[in-house]
Amino acid sequence: MEFIKKYPKLFQWLFLLTVFFALCFAIDVPETYKFIRGQAEFVKDPNQSSYVFLGKEVRYYAFNVFWRLPPLLGWLPIWINDSLFFLMNEWMPIEFWNEDTQEFKTRPLVLQISRNLTAFMTFLIELIREILLGGLETVVAFTSWDWIDKNPWAELPGLPWTIVAAGSAILAYNLSGKGLALFAGLVMVYISIFGQWKPSMQTLSFILVAAPLSFIFGLGLGIAAFKSKRVEKALYPILLVMQTMPQYAVLVPALVLFGVGDHAAVIITMVVAVPPMILLTILGLRAIPPEVIEAGRMSGCNNWQLMFKVLIPTARRDILIGVNQVIMVCFSMAVISAFIGAKGLGFNLLLALNQLNIGLALEAGLCISLIAILLDKMSLAWANKQTDYFGNLTFFQRNKNILFFAATVIIGIILAYIGTFLFKGTFNYLFEVPHNKGISTADFWNKGVDWIFDTFFVYIKAFNTWLIQDVLQPMRALYLRMPAVATLVLVVGAGYLIGGIRSALVVCGLTLFIALSPWWDRALVTAYMATFGVVISCIIGFTVGTLCFQNKHSTNFMLAVCDIFQTFPSFVYLIPVMMLFGITDTSVLIAVIVYATIPATRYTIEGLRSVPIGLHDAATMSGVNKFQRLTKIEFPLAFPHMMLGLNQTIVFALFMVIIGAFIGTEDLGQYILKALSDKKGAGIGFTLGICVAFIGLIFDNLIRTWVEKRKKHLGID
Amino acid sequence: MSNPVIKCESVYKIFGENAKKMLQDSNGNVDAKTFQENGCIVGVNNASFEVSKGEMLVVMGLSGSGKSTLLRCISRLTDATDGKIFIEGQDLLQLNNKELIELRRNKMGMVFQSFALLPHKTVVENIAFPLQIKGIKTEDSISKAMDMVKLVGLDGRENYFPRELSGGQQQRVGIARSLAVEPDIWFLDEPFSALDPLIRKEMQDEFLRLQDKLQKTIMFITHDFDEALKLADRIAIMKDGIIEQLDTPANIVLNPATEYVRKFTEEVPREKVLLIEDVMDPSTNENIGDLKVLRDEIIENVAEKILTQEKTVAVIDNNNKIVGSINPTKIINTVFGGRKNNN
Repeated sequence: MEFIKKYPKLFQWLFLLTVFFALCFAIDVPETYKFIRGQAEFVKDPNQSSYVFLGKEVRYYAFNVFWRLPPLLGWLPIWINDSLFFLMNEWMPIEFWNEDTQEFKTRPLVLQISRNLTAFMTFLIELIREILLGGLETVVAFTSWDWIDKNPWAELPGLPWTIVAAGSAILAYNLSGKGLALFAGLVMVYISIFGQWKPSMQTLSFILVAAPLSFIFGLGLGIAAFKSKRVEKALYPILLVMQTMPQYAVLVPALVLFGVGDHAAVIITMVVAVPPMILLTILGLRAIPPEVIEAGRMSGCNNWQLMFKVLIPTARRDILIGVNQVIMVCFSMAVISAFIGAKGLGFNLLLALNQLNIGLALEAGLCISLIAILLDKMSLAWANKQTDYFGNLTFFQRNKNILFFAATVIIGIILAYIGTFLFKGTFNYLFEVPHNKGISTADFWNKGVDWIFDTFFVYIKAFNTWLIQDVLQPMRALYLRMPAVATLVLVVGAGYLIGGIRSALVVCGLTLFIALSPWWDRALVTAYMATFGVVISCIIGFTVGTLCFQNKHSTNFMLAVCDIFQTFPSFVYLIPVMMLFGITDTSVLIAVIVYATIPATRYTIEGLRSVPIGLHDAATMSGVNKFQRLTKIEFPLAFPHMMLGLNQTIVFALFMVIIGAFIGTEDLGQYILKALSDKKGAGIGFTLGICVAFIGLIFDNLIRTWVEKRKKHLGID
Repeated sequence: MSNPVIKCESVYKIFGENAKKMLQDSNGNVDAKTFQENGCIVGVNNASFEVSKGEMLVVMGLSGSGKSTLLRCISRLTDATDGKIFIEGQDLLQLNNKELIELRRNKMGMVFQSFALLPHKTVVENIAFPLQIKGIKTEDSISKAMDMVKLVGLDGRENYFPRELSGGQQQRVGIARSLAVEPDIWFLDEPFSALDPLIRKEMQDEFLRLQDKLQKTIMFITHDFDEALKLADRIAIMKDGIIEQLDTPANIVLNPATEYVRKFTEEVPREKVLLIEDVMDPSTNENIGDLKVLRDEIIENVAEKILTQEKTVAVIDNNNKIVGSINPTKIINTVFGGRKNNN
């Protein structure tokens, strides 16, 4: 009793675990239960039960309710599908004037809107693409194909790659300085020489459309949320779900609404990229000292002047950090959108991976990574750049960047013109190095991969077998062995112990949604893979972070490494693991571990670093040694922040597990991938995405609540 | 007497959801404790006072006493829960948004504790900001702002950004900005509290110099009693939203209205606050010496002269007419008496 009184929390947790295990042992696995393979669910089986809800028939294998809950939400994906279909094809038919056939045509409203939106986006993308690469479409959009046949000169010529390369170097110089300018120039030259120019520019044009649009919408919504509590409350849950939703789950509904191609990808990219912009806008506006707002008011600003002359310029840095986020999300979406047919680097990467041409994949992947780093560095430099006074500069000084750029344009055009004579009969390399006509190292890499496989095959195979047979399979079995009721009790109990009744209810709702969907088993597999990844990532991340923290240089080095790795779109991580481990669960898990270790490491270092210097000094003066300081002072204080890192680690791990479906796993991600190629997949894909988001949100809620309490307890913000 | 520039009639500011209703129920007798139990926080409690033209009213109180809230009610940065506020006879609370903006653009200037400069604008642009907001042409506003730069002694630094200035210089910019539209009413919210003591003194002197020249109607907020004594025509001492006493510095020191005010005045060096006329004997008695002192001289400045006399000293007014007398022992009593131990 004494013990219980002394550690009431510990006892409560022990009690919860006891109940959980008791339930696990008390509820037997039903004899008919087997982990259902994907295909089996499309076959009607006489053993299945069924029910009808809202006119949708749901078939399922019934078990003891304690073992698995019946999929009472099984109608939801079908219903979403049907509603979407109805919206797109039947709802509100309205007559529209058709330009081509010169007559009225009846079309459902939503379809028409979606088509118009699509056409607009296509136009924007084509415009920028043709500025960069040349083409006809933009001119045709204003005239007609007939006109262009008669006037073959009226074609956008496209910028020679030399101009784009020099232009980005000038921009980089202007934003940051010589270092970044050199990097920008080298990246562009590399892209060109290695024959990745066209796909890179396609990707870039995609970003140049998606990012500004996302920025405008994000800023607008952010301002609206800042001004009105009601808007913020309405947006908040959407933002929360969007942040934990795997990016490619949203691709599926986009497919239905907007079809296949760049335009659909741009629209859906905006859906993903707007939330971080909103959050950072709100954050930035909130961080403005109230006195600055009052100063604006007392200067006699009306609301408009206050917003655009006082608030937004003052919050400039946070808003530009938001732009950085938007650009990075857009880029990562540009890569993933290859799944719904967006052109560019992602498409080439996907193609190469599908053909198992690791060499080509590596080249595309390297390009993607380099561009990602460049975009990240440049947008960050923009955010950190402070305005300089320019009133006393001469005309030349003020406009030197524009003048330099004009000069490069002229030189570039002259070079390209000279090129037409130099490379007669072949490609004009001074204008554009065509795709796959540049230097390629693919063969070298492919041989390297072959060599690795030949040399280390036995060891890799042995490791693979060991991992799968002795670790992963048992772990998976354990997860699947959990009765639904026991899982629910465990999660809800944890919620109650951490955050009281409110947390318990939230967590219960989220878990029930997954449990009542038809994919509980799959969700468990996702959870097991994510857990495995998270545990290893945390061990590595916390250790590496702590070790690096011992020295200032290694701290900065590690943070820089994290920065760079974080910019890579998650998809890129699949290339090296496939190269080494082939197409197995091991590959996915290793990618998960690599990807999820980044936040674990970063948050550990940041947490340790946020311990106030004063406390360090106080501890040192109390005569603690390094180890004592770490365990008694730094860890307890840094722990809440490290837990936030755990939260991020979980989200990252989930994302990677889902994308890992591309290699072949049998979790929720596999179904999302399948939904992508299924005509009626929209509802399924969307519901699956929500399921994954909810897994993330369960942990998010628990961890955040705990961290907030802990921080309050420690008196740190 | 002419109309007061600022006039407050039982102004209340209470934070909380149902503040308005609770205030109505309480019938004006607001008790901070009962309000707090019901989730309301009393900011300003029944404040009534007037500030006349050219006068400097210093509102003094510790943090949380409601002094800043009172100022924000009068500048209508927050809306008072109840009461009436008149600015030059205009009912402030009845103004619509447009009229309010008009008032601020032409009549009011405000200086903030944390300077509240716009980080993306240079010194001169910051100062020109209220003018540009008004719609004045860029060149005109800049040339006007340059005058202000000179007025606060920042010439040569007009193209610096706030981040490149020291605290004292930043506050000079804040002061210049608040004066750019040539307001009649000048609000200063703890303008010197964020500065270190030496700079603070320098800025106070600078401020007095400016006020000497400009003669604005001023509400000045501070938590520093010495600062209040140094600057004020009248001082309002606030505690828990209530104005405990509003009077001239001398009267506050000599006749503290409440225990709370008395505690503040205890440590005050009286010779620096009181004038000769505050302590003189109005009757002119027989034994007057040759030395004459002006009645509105601060004691500190003439104490030495008086104390070297053996006889009583005559007090004269500006017309050289004898209006009273003062005995050296009276000076000694004033300076050393009335303190904690020998009271």
